Amino acid sequence: MSADEIRHAGLNLGATDALTHEQAESDVFGFWVFLMSDAVLFALLFATYGVMLPATVGGPTPANEYKLLPAFLETLVLLSSSFTFGMASVAMKHSASRRQLLGWMGITLVLGITFLGLELHDFATMFSDGAYPTRSGYLSSFFALVPLHGLHVFFGSIWIIVMMVQVLTFGRDARVKINILRLGLFWHFIDIVWIAIFSVVYLQGLIR
Amino acid sequence: MSGPHDSRREEIRSYVTGYALALALTCAAFASVHWRGFIPATTLRIVLGLALVQMVVHLRYFLHISLRKSARDDLLLILFSMLIVVVMVSGTLVVLFNLRERMM
Repeated sequence: MSADEIRHAGLNLGATDALTHEQAESDVFGFWVFLMSDAVLFALLFATYGVMLPATVGGPTPANEYKLLPAFLETLVLLSSSFTFGMASVAMKHSASRRQLLGWMGITLVLGITFLGLELHDFATMFSDGAYPTRSGYLSSFFALVPLHGLHVFFGSIWIIVMMVQVLTFGRDARVKINILRLGLFWHFIDIVWIAIFSVVYLQGLIR
Repeated sequence: MSGPHDSRREEIRSYVTGYALALALTCAAFASVHWRGFIPATTLRIVLGLALVQMVVHLRYFLHISLRKSARDDLLLILFSMLIVVVMVSGTLVVLFNLRERMM
């Protein structure tokens, strides 16, 4: 098998770092197994949400609580952060300057935090409207699903900071490279979960 | 085999293509809800269809999962997870909606 072949999900180091590429195969595959189990967990929360959707008990309904513009902005921000992390992975793989790698990671971090800010603002508006988790089955399932995704973005952001510190202290050795590959998978994965959230939760709630 | 410089340009192009496609799909989904061009049932089908296409775009261009190359283990894992997801989600929805209908 040549070093240039694609061996695992995400960006492959390939011939740019054949030794690390060899090791990355099993490490990344293991992380991919975790991501898929996380996907199953999210899928079941989606199923719960679908079942609970009519259970509003006379309280707030999806149509009054969701707003199209903030959901659209959050989507654009998260999508752009996925792209900028892709650029960071390319910069890492091809040993671009450290400034370039840290720059792309920094932009991704800023976008991630912007996303969290927008989402928290949304939740605050919902709370002030009386839409809190204990109000109805619908709201319980909403607050189980969407903030869990937000929590993933939060820990992803912390992980980006940790990786930036690792790049600064250890340079780009094999361990740091594999960690950044895994962080990339995680970041792209939470963007895929967000596609399901904006389609199934926000857009479905606003169709009329 | 192409040199590392070509592969770099190739990879950047992959991310840019994915980003452009994903943006277009996202805008189409939000536009179909915003301008209400169709009856609700059709809009819902369009939105869910666009979401599925966008997930495939992300997997292909951001996560580099492909049917051709040798990422076979990952592909099998994804397909198996999708099978589990489909069985569990559709099972839950069928059973609980049926239950609700009978309780009404």
